[in-house]
Amino acid sequence: MPSLLFCGPKMAACGIVISIWGVIMLAMLGIFFSAKSAILIEDVPFTEEDIRDDREPPQNIYRLYSQVAINCFIAAGIYVAVGAVSLCQVRLNKRQEYMVT
Amino acid sequence: MGELLRSEEMTLAQLFLQSEAAYCCVSELGEIGMVQFRDLNPDVNVFQRKFVNEVRRCEEMDRKLRFVEKEIKKANIDIVDTGENPEVPFPRDMIDLEATFEKLENELKEINTNQEALKKNFLELTELKHILRRTQQFFDEMEDPSLLEESSILLEPSEVNRAPLRLGFVAGVIGRERIPTFERMLWRVCRGNVFLRQAEIEDPLEDPTTSDQVHKSVFIIFFQGDQLKNRVKKICEGFRATLYPCPETPQERKEMLAGVNARIDDLQMVLNQTEDHRQRVLQAAAKTVRVWFIKVRKMKAIYHTLNLCNIDVTQKCLIAEVWCPVCDLDSIQFALRRGTEKSGSTVPSILNRMQTKQTPPTYNKTNKFTSGFQNIVDAYGIGSYREINPAPYTIITFPFLFAVMFGDLGHGILMTCAALYLVLRETRLIAQKNDNEMFSMVFAGRYIILLMGIFSIYTGIIYNDCFSKSINVFGSGWSVRPMFDPKVGGNWTFDMLNGSRILQLDPAVDGVFKGPYPIGIDPIWNIASNKLTFLNSFKMKMSVILGVIHMLFGVTLSLFNHLYFQKPINIYLGFIPEIVFMACLFGYLVIIIFYKWVSYNARTSREAPSLLIAFINMFLFQYRDPTVKRLYTGQPVLQSFLVIIALACVPCMLIVKTLVLRRQHMWRKHLGTQNFGGVRVGNGPTEDEAEIIQHDQLAQQSEDEPEFNFADEAVHQAIHTIEYCLGCISNTASYLRLWALSLAHAQLSEVLWSMVMRIGLARRSLGGFFLLSITFFFFSILTVAILLIMEGLSAFLHALRLHWVEFQNKFYSGQGFKFLPFTFESILEGRSEE
Repeated sequence: MPSLLFCGPKMAACGIVISIWGVIMLAMLGIFFSAKSAILIEDVPFTEEDIRDDREPPQNIYRLYSQVAINCFIAAGIYVAVGAVSLCQVRLNKRQEYMVT
Repeated sequence: MGELLRSEEMTLAQLFLQSEAAYCCVSELGEIGMVQFRDLNPDVNVFQRKFVNEVRRCEEMDRKLRFVEKEIKKANIDIVDTGENPEVPFPRDMIDLEATFEKLENELKEINTNQEALKKNFLELTELKHILRRTQQFFDEMEDPSLLEESSILLEPSEVNRAPLRLGFVAGVIGRERIPTFERMLWRVCRGNVFLRQAEIEDPLEDPTTSDQVHKSVFIIFFQGDQLKNRVKKICEGFRATLYPCPETPQERKEMLAGVNARIDDLQMVLNQTEDHRQRVLQAAAKTVRVWFIKVRKMKAIYHTLNLCNIDVTQKCLIAEVWCPVCDLDSIQFALRRGTEKSGSTVPSILNRMQTKQTPPTYNKTNKFTSGFQNIVDAYGIGSYREINPAPYTIITFPFLFAVMFGDLGHGILMTCAALYLVLRETRLIAQKNDNEMFSMVFAGRYIILLMGIFSIYTGIIYNDCFSKSINVFGSGWSVRPMFDPKVGGNWTFDMLNGSRILQLDPAVDGVFKGPYPIGIDPIWNIASNKLTFLNSFKMKMSVILGVIHMLFGVTLSLFNHLYFQKPINIYLGFIPEIVFMACLFGYLVIIIFYKWVSYNARTSREAPSLLIAFINMFLFQYRDPTVKRLYTGQPVLQSFLVIIALACVPCMLIVKTLVLRRQHMWRKHLGTQNFGGVRVGNGPTEDEAEIIQHDQLAQQSEDEPEFNFADEAVHQAIHTIEYCLGCISNTASYLRLWALSLAHAQLSEVLWSMVMRIGLARRSLGGFFLLSITFFFFSILTVAILLIMEGLSAFLHALRLHWVEFQNKFYSGQGFKFLPFTFESILEGRSEE
C-alpha cells in the first residue's frame, strides 16, 4: 500500500494550528459580513456604479456583502478540510513512530 | 510572595566538619543546595590543595566515561535517561568504580583495535579480490588474437635476434579521484613507455581507520625493464596506491582468487561476531552511563568543595566558611546531621554563625513563575543585599507596558494560546529536553509571555482593535441622522453628500454624540478619516500618565530603601525633594490632563486650551497673552508656586545634603575613639554614649569604612541631582515610546490587512473563496512572523528599557553579587560544570 504520509510532524502540527485559526476567523468574518458590519465596508468590492444604479439602496451593497460572506464560509470549509488532512498526517506520523521503535 | 520583596537575609557561618564525616556532609549540602562555600585558601594553587589527588582520579574517570559515551553515540545507541538521582558513592567505592571504568575502557579499546585490524585485513583482501577479477579481464583482452597478430607483425622485422619480449606488470588499487594525475605523472616520468589499464570498483570500500566510504579503482601497469619498474613503483608509493602481488599465469590467478574468497568469508564471520560483541558491551554501558556520569561528577564537585576548606591544626576536622540564608539554617543543620549519621561518625558536625561586616550575597527565592521576572531584573544588575527588589512589581508592570505597545485583541489571543500551550504542557516539554536555544529561551519565559498575552487582550479591548478591525458590541455612541435635522442644528443635506468626499460630524449637535462607548474606544473611529488625530492625542496623554505614575512609584520605593537602611538624611534631603520636584512638575501635568478631560464637554471643547502651550508657559511664567485661555481661575498663581517649589528642591539635593553629611562626619571625628586591643570604642561625652564602633576579632577581613571626602561627595551628589532633574524630563519623554510603538503596531496590522487580506476578500466572483483561503494562509504567516514575533520582540525590548532605565534608576542600585549555592542540580541536568 502506498504511504499517504507526505509531511512531517512539525508541518502537520503547523497545518492544524493554521486551520483552527482559519476556521474560526473566516467563519466569524463570514458571520460579520452577513450581518453587514459597517467596519468591513472597505473590504467589500463595490464601485461607483453599484451605488448610482441602485434602485432601492442599499440592496446592491447588501448583495455584495452576502456574497463575500459566502466566500468566507466556503474558505472556512476549505480550512476544515486542510485541518482534517493535517490531523490524518499527525496520526500517520504517530503510527510510523511506533512502527520504527 | 513576601520573600520576593527583598533578598533573603544571609549569614556567614563556620562549619566544623569531622574529617571522616566531611565528605558525606558536603554531599548532603550539595543535595539541598543552600550554602555557598567561600574559598579559605585563595593563595594556595590548585595543585597544592589537599584533595587534588582525588579530583584527578575523578577527572580520569570522567574522561573514560566521555570516551565510552562517544563510542555509544558513534554506534547510534540511545543513552537511557531514567531521570533518577543516584546517591553519591562513598569514597571507598571509588576504587570499584575506577576498576569498572578501567575494565570497560580497556575492553572497548581492545575491541576497537581488533576490529580495526580485522577491517584492514578485510579491505586488503577485498581489494585483492577485485584486482584478481579485473586483471583477468585485462589479460583476457591481451590474449585477443587480433591484437597479438598486429603486434607480431610490427615486431617481426627487427626482433629476430632478440630474446622474446618480456613485459613486466604491477597491479594495485588507488583512490578514484587520484587517477587523472596518476596517469599524467606516469606518462611524463616514463616518457610514455608504460601502459596503464584501470577499472573502477563499483561498490565503495570502507576505510578502516575513519570508517568513511571511499571509491577506488583497480589499475595495472605494463612496462619493460627493471629501471622502469622501479620508477613505476616509486610513483605508486607517492600516490599512496596499494600494490598487490599478482601471479602471472591464469591458473595461479584462479587458485588465488578462490583462496581469497574463502578467507573473505571467514573474515566476514569474525567481523560480524566482533561487531555483535561491541554492540552488546555498548548497550550494557548505555543503560548506566548517565548514572555513572552523575556519580563521578558529584564526587568531583564534592572534592572541589573540600579543597576550599581550611584544615584544622590537629588534622581532625575541616573548617569551612559558608554563606547561607538564615531561614534555611534548620534544614542545613539537619543535612549535616544526616551526613554525620551516614558516615557513621560519632562526633557531630558543628555550624557556627559568625558576625561580619562583609556584604553578603544576594539571594532571591524564586519559583517557576517568578524566576522569569527575576531574571529580567537580574539581567540589569544583581540587587544590593537586602535592597528593594523590583521583581514583584515587574510581574504586573512589565506585561502591562508591553501590552500598551502591543494592544491588539487578536494578536493577544494568539499569544495567550501559544503561551498556554507551553504552560499546560510544561512537564512534558521539560521531559523532552529540547536543546534548541531559541525554544528554550521562549520556554523559560512562558509565564511572562502568558501575562503579556492576557494584558494584550485587555489593551486590545481598550483600543478596540482586533486584527486592526474594531468590534461593535454595545453600539456606537455616534449617530449621523441628527446632522440632517435642521431642528437640532444639523446642517447637512443630501446634495452635500453628493458633492463632498469627507464630512465631519459635529458633536455639538444634539443626538450626534450620545455619550462614550461603555468600554474602550468607540468602534466608529475605526472608519473615521481623522482616526489618527484622535488616537494620537489620546495615546500620547495616556503614555505620559502611565509614565509619570510609574516613575513616581519608583521614587516611592526608594523611600522604603532609605527606611530599611535607616538613612534619615536620604529621606529628608533625597527622597522628599525628589518626589516634590517630580510631583510639582509632572504630577501637575497629569492632573491637568485629567482636568481637561473632565471639565470640557462636546459643546465647550472648542474653547479648550492646548496643554502643551500651557505647560511651556508655566516654565516661562508667561500669562499675559490674552489669546491663550486659562484652564481655571488662579492658574498663574498656582503654577508659579509649583515651579518655584520644584526649583527650590534642586539646591536641597545639590548642596544641602553634602553640607549636612560633612557636619555629621566632623562631629563623629571630634568625638575621638580609642582602640582597646582590636576593639574600637568611641568615648562620648558621657559613659552611655560610648559605643563599640568596630570589633576586629570576628570579622577576619574587615574593611574600613571609606573615608569621607568632601570633594568626592559634592561631585557625586551634583551628578546625582543633575541626573535626576534632567532625567525627570527626558524619562517622561521616553515614555512616549508607548504611544509611538502602539501606533506603529496598529498601523502595521492595518497595512497587513489591507494589503493581504483585502485581496482575498474584495472579490465579486463566487470563485473568490479560493483566493481567500490562499491569502488567509499568507496573512496568518505574516501575522505571526511580523506582528507577533518581530513587533513583539521590539515591544518587549522597549518595555525592558522602560523598566531598566526609567523605573529602576529611581531606586535600584543593583551592585550586589549573586548567591551561588553549591548544588548538584546542574550535574543532574547533564550540564558539565565550569
